[in-house]
Amino acid sequence: MTLGPFAKWLLRGGTALTLVFVYVPLAIIALYAFNSSRIQAWPIDGFTLHWFERALHNEGARDALWVSIKAAFLATLVALVLGTLASLAVSRYHFFGRETISFFIILPIALPGIVTGMALNATFNTVGLSLGLITIVIGHATFCIVLIYNNAVARLRRVSEHLEEASADLGADSWQTFRYITFPQLRSALLAGALLAFALSFDEVIVTTFTAGPDFTLPIWILNNLSRPNQLPVVNVVAVFLILLSTIPVYLATRLSRDTGAVAPTAGGAQAAGAR
Amino acid sequence: MSALLAVPLGWLLIAYLGSLIVLFVAAFWRLDPFTAEVIHDYSFANFQTLWESDVYRTIALRTIGIAAAVTVIDAVLAFPIAFYMAKVASPRTRSLLVVAILMPLWASYLVKVYAWRIILQGDGPLNWALAPFGLTGPGYGNVAGVIVFSYLWLPYMILPLYAGLERIPDSLLEASSDLGGKAGRTFRRVILPLAFPALVAGSIFTFSLTLGDYITPQIVMAGHQFIGNVVYTNVGVANNLPLAAAFATVPVFVMLVYLLLARRAGAFSSL
Repeated sequence: MTLGPFAKWLLRGGTALTLVFVYVPLAIIALYAFNSSRIQAWPIDGFTLHWFERALHNEGARDALWVSIKAAFLATLVALVLGTLASLAVSRYHFFGRETISFFIILPIALPGIVTGMALNATFNTVGLSLGLITIVIGHATFCIVLIYNNAVARLRRVSEHLEEASADLGADSWQTFRYITFPQLRSALLAGALLAFALSFDEVIVTTFTAGPDFTLPIWILNNLSRPNQLPVVNVVAVFLILLSTIPVYLATRLSRDTGAVAPTAGGAQAAGAR
Repeated sequence: MSALLAVPLGWLLIAYLGSLIVLFVAAFWRLDPFTAEVIHDYSFANFQTLWESDVYRTIALRTIGIAAAVTVIDAVLAFPIAFYMAKVASPRTRSLLVVAILMPLWASYLVKVYAWRIILQGDGPLNWALAPFGLTGPGYGNVAGVIVFSYLWLPYMILPLYAGLERIPDSLLEASSDLGGKAGRTFRRVILPLAFPALVAGSIFTFSLTLGDYITPQIVMAGHQFIGNVVYTNVGVANNLPLAAAFATVPVFVMLVYLLLARRAGAFSSL
Protein backbone atom coordinates (compact mmCIF):
# COMPACT_ATOMS: atom_id res chain seq x y z
CA MET A 1 0.00 0.00 0.00
CA THR A 2 1.20 3.50 -0.76
CA LEU A 3 1.55 5.64 2.34
CA GLY A 4 3.02 9.07 2.67
CA PRO A 5 6.31 9.31 4.62
CA PHE A 6 4.50 11.10 7.42
CA ALA A 7 1.87 8.36 7.80
CA LYS A 8 4.64 5.76 7.77
CA TRP A 9 6.53 7.50 10.56
CA LEU A 10 3.33 7.86 12.52
CA LEU A 11 2.72 4.11 12.27
CA ARG A 12 6.33 3.35 13.23
CA GLY A 13 6.03 5.66 16.21
CA GLY A 14 2.80 4.03 17.33
CA THR A 15 4.34 0.58 16.97
CA ALA A 16 7.41 1.58 18.97
CA LEU A 17 5.31 3.14 21.74
CA THR A 18 3.17 0.01 22.03
CA LEU A 19 6.28 -2.15 22.31
CA VAL A 20 7.67 0.13 25.03
CA PHE A 21 4.34 -0.04 26.89
CA VAL A 22 4.39 -3.85 26.65
CA TYR A 23 8.00 -4.43 27.72
CA VAL A 24 8.88 -1.76 30.29
CA PRO A 25 6.83 -3.36 33.13
CA LEU A 26 8.47 -6.73 32.49
CA ALA A 27 11.92 -5.11 32.54
CA ILE A 28 11.18 -3.31 35.80
CA ILE A 29 10.08 -6.48 37.57
CA ALA A 30 13.22 -8.22 36.29
CA LEU A 31 15.36 -5.44 37.82
CA TYR A 32 13.61 -5.78 41.18
CA ALA A 33 14.65 -9.43 41.42
CA PHE A 34 18.23 -8.16 41.96
CA ASN A 35 17.20 -5.54 44.51
CA SER A 36 19.43 -5.75 47.59
CA SER A 37 16.83 -4.08 49.81
CA ARG A 38 13.73 -5.76 51.19
CA ILE A 39 11.78 -2.57 50.49
CA GLN A 40 10.46 -2.31 46.95
CA ALA A 41 11.22 1.41 46.41
CA TRP A 42 12.51 3.10 43.25
CA PRO A 43 15.27 3.83 42.30
CA ILE A 44 16.87 0.57 43.42
CA ASP A 45 19.76 1.07 45.89
CA GLY A 46 21.96 -1.87 45.12
CA PHE A 47 22.03 -5.25 43.45
CA THR A 48 22.41 -8.77 44.80
CA LEU A 49 21.90 -12.40 43.76
CA HIS A 50 20.93 -13.34 47.32
CA TRP A 51 17.19 -13.73 46.60
CA PHE A 52 17.78 -16.26 43.83
CA GLU A 53 19.32 -18.62 46.36
CA ARG A 54 16.47 -17.99 48.80
CA ALA A 55 13.89 -18.70 46.09
CA LEU A 56 15.62 -21.93 45.10
CA HIS A 57 15.23 -23.25 48.66
CA ASN A 58 11.66 -22.04 49.11
CA GLU A 59 9.59 -25.16 49.81
CA GLY A 60 6.22 -23.49 49.19
CA ALA A 61 7.17 -22.19 45.76
CA ARG A 62 8.69 -25.53 44.75
CA ASP A 63 5.62 -27.53 45.83
CA ALA A 64 3.33 -25.12 44.03
CA LEU A 65 5.43 -25.34 40.85
CA TRP A 66 5.15 -29.12 40.93
CA VAL A 67 1.34 -28.99 41.36
CA SER A 68 1.17 -26.53 38.45
CA ILE A 69 3.15 -28.84 36.17
CA LYS A 70 1.06 -31.91 37.09
CA ALA A 71 -2.24 -30.04 36.68
CA ALA A 72 -1.25 -28.51 33.32
CA PHE A 73 -0.06 -31.87 31.99
CA LEU A 74 -3.21 -33.76 33.01
CA ALA A 75 -5.59 -31.00 31.90
CA THR A 76 -3.88 -30.85 28.50
CA LEU A 77 -4.19 -34.62 28.14
CA VAL A 78 -7.92 -34.62 28.92
CA ALA A 79 -8.51 -31.62 26.66
CA LEU A 80 -6.58 -33.31 23.83
CA VAL A 81 -8.79 -36.40 23.92
CA LEU A 82 -12.10 -34.56 24.29
CA GLY A 83 -11.24 -31.74 21.89
CA THR A 84 -10.08 -34.12 19.15
CA LEU A 85 -13.20 -36.29 19.45
CA ALA A 86 -15.50 -33.28 19.26
CA SER A 87 -13.61 -31.79 16.29
CA LEU A 88 -13.87 -35.07 14.34
CA ALA A 89 -17.60 -35.33 15.00
CA VAL A 90 -18.28 -31.74 13.97
CA SER A 91 -16.13 -31.64 10.84
CA ARG A 92 -16.77 -35.12 9.47
CA TYR A 93 -20.48 -35.69 10.17
CA HIS A 94 -23.65 -33.73 9.58
CA PHE A 95 -26.24 -33.87 12.30
CA PHE A 96 -28.89 -31.84 14.01
CA GLY A 97 -27.47 -29.20 16.36
CA ARG A 98 -23.97 -29.23 14.89
CA GLU A 99 -23.64 -25.44 15.06
CA THR A 100 -24.70 -25.42 18.70
CA ILE A 101 -21.77 -27.64 19.69
CA SER A 102 -19.18 -24.99 18.78
CA PHE A 103 -21.12 -22.56 20.92
CA PHE A 104 -21.11 -24.92 23.92
CA ILE A 105 -17.41 -25.60 23.57
CA ILE A 106 -16.57 -21.88 23.39
CA LEU A 107 -18.78 -21.10 26.40
CA PRO A 108 -16.35 -22.02 29.24
CA ILE A 109 -13.75 -19.59 27.89
CA ALA A 110 -16.18 -16.89 26.73
CA LEU A 111 -18.07 -16.68 30.01
CA PRO A 112 -16.34 -14.77 32.81
CA GLY A 113 -13.85 -16.92 34.74
CA ILE A 114 -15.55 -16.13 38.03
CA VAL A 115 -18.74 -17.79 36.77
CA THR A 116 -16.97 -20.92 35.56
CA GLY A 117 -15.10 -21.04 38.85
CA MET A 118 -18.05 -20.74 41.19
CA ALA A 119 -20.26 -23.02 39.06
CA LEU A 120 -17.63 -25.77 39.31
CA ASN A 121 -17.09 -25.05 43.00
CA ALA A 122 -20.82 -25.37 43.75
CA THR A 123 -20.97 -28.67 41.86
CA PHE A 124 -17.91 -30.13 43.60
CA ASN A 125 -19.50 -29.27 46.94
CA THR A 126 -22.82 -30.82 45.97
CA VAL A 127 -21.24 -33.99 44.62
CA GLY A 128 -18.95 -34.18 47.64
CA LEU A 129 -15.69 -34.14 45.69
CA SER A 130 -13.00 -32.68 47.96
CA LEU A 131 -10.88 -29.95 46.38
CA GLY A 132 -7.47 -31.09 45.18
CA LEU A 133 -5.47 -31.88 42.07
CA ILE A 134 -8.44 -33.64 40.43
CA THR A 135 -10.76 -30.68 40.78
CA ILE A 136 -8.06 -28.32 39.44
CA VAL A 137 -7.65 -30.61 36.42
CA ILE A 138 -11.41 -30.83 35.78
CA GLY A 139 -11.68 -27.04 35.82
CA HIS A 140 -8.66 -26.45 33.57
CA ALA A 141 -9.60 -29.19 31.10
CA THR A 142 -13.08 -27.70 30.70
CA PHE A 143 -11.80 -24.39 29.37
CA CYS A 144 -8.83 -25.94 27.50
CA ILE A 145 -11.02 -28.14 25.24
CA VAL A 146 -11.84 -25.17 23.02
CA LEU A 147 -8.14 -24.54 22.24
CA ILE A 148 -7.61 -28.08 20.92
CA TYR A 149 -11.01 -28.11 19.23
CA ASN A 150 -10.48 -24.81 17.36
CA ASN A 151 -7.06 -25.83 16.06
CA ALA A 152 -8.24 -29.28 15.01
CA VAL A 153 -11.40 -28.02 13.29
CA ALA A 154 -9.39 -25.43 11.33
CA ARG A 155 -6.99 -28.15 10.17
CA LEU A 156 -9.72 -30.68 9.32
CA ARG A 157 -11.40 -28.06 7.17
CA ARG A 158 -8.24 -27.86 5.06
CA VAL A 159 -7.46 -31.56 4.65
CA SER A 160 -9.49 -33.47 2.13
CA GLU A 161 -12.01 -36.09 3.18
CA HIS A 162 -11.16 -38.11 0.07
CA LEU A 163 -8.07 -39.62 1.70
CA GLU A 164 -10.20 -40.98 4.51
CA GLU A 165 -12.79 -42.30 2.06
CA ALA A 166 -10.01 -43.97 0.05
CA SER A 167 -8.69 -45.56 3.22
CA ALA A 168 -12.14 -46.92 4.06
CA ASP A 169 -12.62 -48.17 0.51
CA LEU A 170 -9.35 -50.06 0.79
CA GLY A 171 -10.73 -51.91 3.80
CA ALA A 172 -9.30 -50.01 6.76
CA ASP A 173 -11.56 -49.84 9.80
CA SER A 174 -12.26 -46.45 11.36
CA TRP A 175 -9.47 -46.79 13.96
CA GLN A 176 -6.90 -47.64 11.26
CA THR A 177 -8.10 -44.70 9.16
CA PHE A 178 -7.72 -42.40 12.13
CA ARG A 179 -4.35 -43.85 13.13
CA TYR A 180 -2.71 -43.78 9.69
CA ILE A 181 -4.56 -41.07 7.74
CA THR A 182 -6.30 -38.49 9.92
CA PHE A 183 -3.96 -38.32 12.90
CA PRO A 184 -0.73 -37.65 10.95
CA GLN A 185 -2.44 -34.70 9.25
CA LEU A 186 -3.82 -33.42 12.54
CA ARG A 187 -0.64 -33.87 14.56
CA SER A 188 0.92 -30.42 14.28
CA ALA A 189 -2.44 -28.69 14.84
CA LEU A 190 -2.97 -30.78 17.97
CA LEU A 191 0.53 -29.94 19.19
CA ALA A 192 -0.08 -26.23 18.73
CA GLY A 193 -3.38 -26.55 20.60
CA ALA A 194 -1.78 -28.58 23.37
CA LEU A 195 0.92 -25.96 23.77
CA LEU A 196 -1.73 -23.27 24.24
CA ALA A 197 -3.71 -25.46 26.62
CA PHE A 198 -0.65 -26.21 28.75
CA ALA A 199 0.31 -22.55 28.97
CA LEU A 200 -3.22 -21.45 29.79
CA SER A 201 -3.57 -24.06 32.51
CA PHE A 202 -0.13 -23.22 33.92
CA ASP A 203 -1.06 -19.56 34.23
CA GLU A 204 -4.73 -19.69 35.26
CA VAL A 205 -5.69 -18.00 38.55
CA ILE A 206 -9.37 -17.11 38.65
CA VAL A 207 -11.00 -20.51 38.13
CA THR A 208 -8.23 -22.12 40.18
CA THR A 209 -9.01 -20.05 43.29
CA PHE A 210 -12.38 -21.85 43.32
CA THR A 211 -11.15 -25.35 42.48
CA ALA A 212 -7.87 -25.64 44.43
CA GLY A 213 -7.72 -27.07 47.92
CA PRO A 214 -4.69 -27.25 50.22
CA ASP A 215 -2.43 -28.13 47.26
CA PHE A 216 -2.32 -24.96 45.17
CA THR A 217 -0.64 -23.95 41.93
CA LEU A 218 2.22 -21.48 41.46
CA PRO A 219 -0.05 -18.54 40.47
CA ILE A 220 -2.04 -19.07 43.69
CA TRP A 221 1.22 -19.16 45.64
CA ILE A 222 2.19 -15.78 44.14
CA LEU A 223 -1.24 -14.37 44.92
CA ASN A 224 -1.04 -15.53 48.55
CA ASN A 225 2.43 -14.04 48.97
CA LEU A 226 1.73 -10.63 47.45
CA SER A 227 0.26 -9.53 50.77
CA ARG A 228 3.37 -10.60 52.70
CA PRO A 229 6.02 -7.86 52.36
CA ASN A 230 8.71 -10.21 53.69
CA GLN A 231 8.15 -12.63 50.84
CA LEU A 232 8.18 -10.05 48.02
CA PRO A 233 11.90 -10.45 47.17
CA VAL A 234 11.29 -14.18 46.57
CA VAL A 235 8.13 -13.38 44.55
CA ASN A 236 10.30 -11.09 42.36
CA VAL A 237 12.64 -13.97 41.58
CA VAL A 238 9.73 -16.32 40.80
CA ALA A 239 8.36 -13.61 38.50
CA VAL A 240 11.62 -13.47 36.54
CA PHE A 241 11.67 -17.26 36.37
CA LEU A 242 8.14 -17.24 34.88
CA ILE A 243 9.02 -14.51 32.35
CA LEU A 244 12.04 -16.51 31.19
CA LEU A 245 9.93 -19.69 31.08
CA SER A 246 7.45 -17.99 28.74
CA THR A 247 10.09 -17.83 25.99
CA ILE A 248 9.96 -21.64 25.63
CA PRO A 249 6.38 -21.91 24.34
CA VAL A 250 6.94 -18.84 22.12
CA TYR A 251 9.96 -20.53 20.56
CA LEU A 252 8.04 -23.80 20.11
CA ALA A 253 4.97 -22.03 18.73
CA THR A 254 6.91 -20.11 16.08
CA ARG A 255 8.72 -23.32 15.17
CA LEU A 256 5.43 -25.19 14.89
CA SER A 257 3.84 -22.51 12.72
CA ARG A 258 6.89 -22.61 10.45
CA ASP A 259 6.50 -26.39 10.23
CA THR A 260 2.79 -26.44 9.51
CA GLY A 261 3.60 -25.31 5.99
CA ALA A 262 5.21 -28.72 5.51
CA VAL A 263 3.25 -31.98 5.41
CA ALA A 264 4.32 -33.08 8.86
CA PRO A 265 6.25 -31.36 11.65
CA THR A 266 9.87 -32.33 12.03
CA ALA A 267 10.59 -35.06 14.54
CA GLY A 268 12.67 -32.63 16.58
CA GLY A 269 9.86 -30.11 16.92
CA ALA A 270 7.40 -32.79 17.94
CA GLN A 271 9.80 -34.21 20.49
CA ALA A 272 10.62 -30.83 21.98
CA ALA A 273 6.93 -29.99 22.32
CA GLY A 274 6.17 -33.42 23.75
CA ALA A 275 8.90 -33.10 26.35
CA ARG A 276 7.29 -30.12 28.04
CA MET B 1 -20.38 -40.65 15.31
CA SER B 2 -22.47 -40.59 18.45
CA ALA B 3 -19.61 -42.35 20.23
CA LEU B 4 -17.27 -39.54 19.13
CA LEU B 5 -19.53 -36.91 20.59
CA ALA B 6 -20.68 -38.73 23.69
CA VAL B 7 -17.47 -38.29 25.66
CA PRO B 8 -16.70 -34.59 25.09
CA LEU B 9 -20.34 -33.57 25.29
CA GLY B 10 -20.88 -35.68 28.35
CA TRP B 11 -17.97 -33.89 29.99
CA LEU B 12 -19.21 -30.45 29.03
CA LEU B 13 -22.79 -31.24 29.93
CA ILE B 14 -22.03 -32.77 33.31
CA ALA B 15 -18.98 -30.81 34.43
CA TYR B 16 -19.95 -27.48 33.02
CA LEU B 17 -23.50 -26.97 31.82
CA GLY B 18 -24.84 -28.90 34.80
CA SER B 19 -22.85 -26.60 37.07
CA LEU B 20 -24.15 -23.53 35.29
CA ILE B 21 -27.74 -24.70 35.71
CA VAL B 22 -27.21 -25.42 39.41
CA LEU B 23 -25.77 -21.93 39.72
CA PHE B 24 -28.65 -20.34 37.91
CA VAL B 25 -31.19 -22.15 40.08
CA ALA B 26 -29.26 -21.20 43.22
CA ALA B 27 -29.70 -17.53 42.31
CA PHE B 28 -33.39 -17.90 43.25
CA TRP B 29 -32.77 -19.53 46.62
CA ARG B 30 -32.33 -17.50 49.75
CA LEU B 31 -30.46 -17.51 53.01
CA ASP B 32 -32.28 -17.92 56.31
CA PRO B 33 -31.38 -14.71 58.16
CA PHE B 34 -31.03 -16.50 61.54
CA THR B 35 -29.44 -19.85 60.81
CA ALA B 36 -27.54 -18.69 57.68
CA GLU B 37 -28.61 -21.87 55.92
CA VAL B 38 -29.69 -21.99 52.30
CA ILE B 39 -33.46 -22.33 51.91
CA HIS B 40 -34.57 -23.97 48.68
CA ASP B 41 -37.64 -21.94 47.85
CA TYR B 42 -37.82 -19.66 44.85
CA SER B 43 -38.07 -15.89 44.77
CA PHE B 44 -36.52 -12.84 43.17
CA ALA B 45 -35.38 -11.59 46.58
CA ASN B 46 -31.66 -11.69 45.70
CA PHE B 47 -32.16 -9.77 42.49
CA GLN B 48 -34.25 -7.25 44.36
CA THR B 49 -31.50 -6.80 46.96
CA LEU B 50 -28.93 -6.27 44.21
CA TRP B 51 -31.10 -3.87 42.28
CA GLU B 52 -32.06 -1.73 45.23
CA SER B 53 -28.62 -1.45 46.79
CA ASP B 54 -26.55 1.52 45.65
CA VAL B 55 -23.34 -0.34 46.45
CA TYR B 56 -24.10 -3.29 44.18
CA ARG B 57 -25.38 -1.08 41.39
CA THR B 58 -22.19 1.02 41.50
CA ILE B 59 -20.09 -2.13 41.43
CA ALA B 60 -21.96 -3.54 38.42
CA LEU B 61 -21.70 -0.26 36.52
CA ARG B 62 -18.01 0.08 37.39
CA THR B 63 -17.29 -3.45 36.13
CA ILE B 64 -19.11 -2.99 32.84
CA GLY B 65 -17.81 0.57 32.37
CA ILE B 66 -14.18 -0.40 32.89
CA ALA B 67 -14.58 -3.43 30.60
CA ALA B 68 -15.94 -1.13 27.88
CA ALA B 69 -13.21 1.49 28.41
CA VAL B 70 -10.49 -1.17 28.25
CA THR B 71 -11.96 -2.53 25.01
CA VAL B 72 -11.93 0.90 23.36
CA ILE B 73 -8.41 1.74 24.59
CA ASP B 74 -7.04 -1.60 23.40
CA ALA B 75 -8.68 -1.18 19.99
CA VAL B 76 -7.04 2.26 19.61
CA LEU B 77 -3.64 1.05 20.86
CA ALA B 78 -3.74 -2.11 18.75
CA PHE B 79 -4.59 -0.52 15.42
CA PRO B 80 -1.29 1.18 14.53
CA ILE B 81 0.90 -1.79 15.41
CA ALA B 82 -1.47 -4.30 13.79
CA PHE B 83 -1.65 -2.21 10.63
CA TYR B 84 2.10 -1.72 10.56
CA MET B 85 2.61 -5.48 10.91
CA ALA B 86 0.02 -6.40 8.28
CA LYS B 87 0.70 -3.84 5.57
CA VAL B 88 3.95 -1.90 6.03
CA ALA B 89 6.63 -4.03 7.72
CA SER B 90 8.98 -6.26 5.74
CA PRO B 91 8.33 -10.01 6.21
CA ARG B 92 11.31 -10.26 8.55
CA THR B 93 10.23 -7.36 10.77
CA ARG B 94 6.71 -8.74 10.70
CA SER B 95 7.67 -12.14 12.09
CA LEU B 96 9.85 -10.45 14.74
CA LEU B 97 6.90 -8.28 15.78
CA VAL B 98 4.57 -11.28 15.96
CA VAL B 99 7.02 -12.92 18.37
CA ALA B 100 7.34 -9.66 20.33
CA ILE B 101 3.56 -9.56 20.77
CA LEU B 102 3.25 -13.28 21.55
CA MET B 103 5.93 -13.20 24.25
CA PRO B 104 4.02 -11.17 26.89
CA LEU B 105 0.90 -13.21 26.10
CA TRP B 106 2.62 -16.26 27.53
CA ALA B 107 4.20 -14.42 30.45
CA SER B 108 2.33 -14.98 33.68
CA TYR B 109 -0.83 -12.93 34.29
CA LEU B 110 -0.01 -12.40 37.95
CA VAL B 111 3.55 -11.33 37.22
CA LYS B 112 2.19 -8.59 34.96
CA VAL B 113 -0.35 -7.35 37.51
CA TYR B 114 2.31 -7.44 40.22
CA ALA B 115 4.70 -5.46 37.99
CA TRP B 116 2.06 -2.72 37.74
CA ARG B 117 1.48 -2.79 41.48
CA ILE B 118 5.16 -1.96 41.90
CA ILE B 119 5.14 0.66 39.10
CA LEU B 120 2.10 2.47 40.54
CA GLN B 121 3.07 2.41 44.21
CA GLY B 122 3.76 5.69 46.05
CA ASP B 123 7.57 5.54 45.86
CA GLY B 124 7.49 3.55 42.60
CA PRO B 125 9.03 4.12 39.16
CA LEU B 126 6.04 5.99 37.67
CA ASN B 127 5.95 8.72 40.33
CA TRP B 128 9.75 8.97 40.13
CA ALA B 129 9.60 9.46 36.35
CA LEU B 130 6.77 12.02 36.58
CA ALA B 131 8.23 14.00 39.49
CA PRO B 132 10.53 16.22 37.34
CA PHE B 133 7.41 17.45 35.47
CA GLY B 134 5.62 18.18 38.73
CA LEU B 135 3.13 15.36 38.12
CA THR B 136 2.12 12.29 40.09
CA GLY B 137 0.72 8.98 38.84
CA PRO B 138 -2.86 7.83 39.38
CA GLY B 139 -2.03 5.59 42.37
CA TYR B 140 -4.25 2.58 43.05
CA GLY B 141 -7.90 2.93 41.99
CA ASN B 142 -10.20 2.95 38.96
CA VAL B 143 -7.63 4.56 36.64
CA ALA B 144 -5.03 2.01 37.70
CA GLY B 145 -7.58 -0.70 36.90
CA VAL B 146 -8.14 0.65 33.38
CA ILE B 147 -4.37 0.89 32.74
CA VAL B 148 -3.59 -2.60 34.02
CA PHE B 149 -6.48 -4.32 32.24
CA SER B 150 -5.59 -2.52 28.98
CA TYR B 151 -2.03 -3.73 29.42
CA LEU B 152 -3.04 -7.32 30.18
CA TRP B 153 -5.39 -7.87 27.24
CA LEU B 154 -3.65 -5.76 24.55
CA PRO B 155 -2.09 -8.78 22.74
CA TYR B 156 -5.55 -10.43 22.58
CA MET B 157 -6.67 -7.43 20.52
CA ILE B 158 -3.52 -7.04 18.38
CA LEU B 159 -3.38 -10.63 17.11
CA PRO B 160 -6.92 -11.04 15.67
CA LEU B 161 -6.76 -7.49 14.31
CA TYR B 162 -3.43 -8.21 12.60
CA ALA B 163 -4.89 -11.38 11.06
CA GLY B 164 -7.97 -9.48 9.91
CA LEU B 165 -5.97 -6.63 8.36
CA GLU B 166 -3.66 -9.06 6.62
CA ARG B 167 -6.64 -10.64 4.86
CA ILE B 168 -7.58 -7.31 3.22
CA PRO B 169 -6.17 -7.44 -0.34
CA ASP B 170 -3.67 -4.65 -1.08
CA SER B 171 -5.47 -4.09 -4.37
CA LEU B 172 -8.50 -2.71 -2.53
CA LEU B 173 -6.36 -0.12 -0.75
CA GLU B 174 -4.68 0.80 -4.03
CA ALA B 175 -8.03 1.08 -5.78
CA SER B 176 -9.23 3.44 -3.08
CA SER B 177 -6.19 5.71 -3.42
CA ASP B 178 -6.37 5.54 -7.25
CA LEU B 179 -9.93 6.77 -7.01
CA GLY B 180 -8.71 9.73 -4.99
CA GLY B 181 -9.36 8.45 -1.47
CA LYS B 182 -6.89 9.99 0.96
CA ALA B 183 -5.44 7.97 3.85
CA GLY B 184 -8.16 9.08 6.28
CA ARG B 185 -10.97 8.29 3.89
CA THR B 186 -9.51 4.93 2.86
CA PHE B 187 -9.29 4.09 6.55
CA ARG B 188 -12.90 5.03 7.27
CA ARG B 189 -14.54 3.64 4.15
CA VAL B 190 -12.41 0.61 3.25
CA ILE B 191 -10.17 -0.60 6.07
CA LEU B 192 -12.48 -0.13 9.04
CA PRO B 193 -15.53 -1.93 7.59
CA LEU B 194 -13.38 -4.85 6.41
CA ALA B 195 -11.48 -5.12 9.69
CA PHE B 196 -14.60 -4.75 11.82
CA PRO B 197 -15.25 -8.49 12.41
CA ALA B 198 -11.63 -8.90 13.57
CA LEU B 199 -12.01 -5.90 15.86
CA VAL B 200 -15.14 -7.44 17.37
CA ALA B 201 -13.37 -10.79 17.74
CA GLY B 202 -10.60 -9.10 19.71
CA SER B 203 -13.12 -7.19 21.78
CA ILE B 204 -14.74 -10.44 22.93
CA PHE B 205 -11.49 -11.21 24.75
CA THR B 206 -10.83 -7.75 26.16
CA PHE B 207 -14.43 -7.33 27.31
CA SER B 208 -15.06 -10.80 28.70
CA LEU B 209 -11.69 -11.11 30.43
CA THR B 210 -12.17 -7.78 32.21
CA LEU B 211 -15.76 -8.55 33.13
CA GLY B 212 -14.89 -11.78 34.92
CA ASP B 213 -11.75 -10.64 36.70
CA TYR B 214 -11.48 -10.04 40.42
CA ILE B 215 -7.74 -10.51 41.02
CA THR B 216 -6.57 -7.29 39.35
CA PRO B 217 -9.09 -5.14 41.28
CA GLN B 218 -7.86 -6.82 44.45
CA ILE B 219 -4.22 -5.99 43.65
CA VAL B 220 -4.25 -2.50 42.07
CA MET B 221 -7.68 -0.96 42.68
CA ALA B 222 -7.50 -0.24 46.42
CA GLY B 223 -10.92 -1.46 47.51
CA HIS B 224 -12.81 -0.45 44.37
CA GLN B 225 -14.63 -3.74 43.87
CA PHE B 226 -15.71 -5.61 40.75
CA ILE B 227 -18.69 -7.96 40.46
CA GLY B 228 -16.17 -10.77 40.81
CA ASN B 229 -14.98 -9.55 44.22
CA VAL B 230 -18.50 -9.56 45.62
CA VAL B 231 -19.13 -13.01 44.17
CA TYR B 232 -15.89 -14.36 45.60
CA THR B 233 -16.46 -13.08 49.13
CA ASN B 234 -20.05 -14.37 49.08
CA VAL B 235 -18.98 -17.83 47.95
CA GLY B 236 -16.23 -17.94 50.55
CA VAL B 237 -16.19 -15.80 53.68
CA ALA B 238 -19.78 -14.54 53.70
CA ASN B 239 -21.11 -17.94 52.60
CA ASN B 240 -24.13 -16.57 50.78
CA LEU B 241 -24.17 -18.67 47.63
CA PRO B 242 -27.63 -17.52 46.46
CA LEU B 243 -26.60 -13.84 46.43
CA ALA B 244 -23.28 -14.65 44.74
CA ALA B 245 -25.11 -16.69 42.10
CA ALA B 246 -27.60 -13.90 41.49
CA PHE B 247 -24.82 -11.33 41.02
CA ALA B 248 -22.87 -13.70 38.76
CA THR B 249 -25.81 -13.83 36.35
CA VAL B 250 -25.11 -10.16 35.50
CA PRO B 251 -21.81 -10.74 33.63
CA VAL B 252 -23.22 -13.94 32.11
CA PHE B 253 -26.21 -12.07 30.74
CA VAL B 254 -24.05 -9.19 29.47
CA MET B 255 -21.66 -11.65 27.82
CA LEU B 256 -24.42 -13.68 26.16
CA VAL B 257 -25.89 -10.53 24.62
CA TYR B 258 -22.37 -9.50 23.54
CA LEU B 259 -21.69 -12.90 21.95
CA LEU B 260 -24.98 -12.85 20.03
CA LEU B 261 -24.19 -9.37 18.69
CA ALA B 262 -20.64 -10.48 17.86
CA ARG B 263 -21.96 -13.47 15.94
CA ARG B 264 -24.17 -11.18 13.92
CA ALA B 265 -21.10 -9.02 13.14
CA GLY B 266 -19.40 -12.15 11.74
CA ALA B 267 -16.74 -12.18 14.45
CA PHE B 268 -16.79 -15.93 15.13
CA SER B 269 -14.91 -16.77 11.94
CA SER B 270 -12.18 -14.33 13.01
CA LEU B 271 -11.62 -15.86 16.45
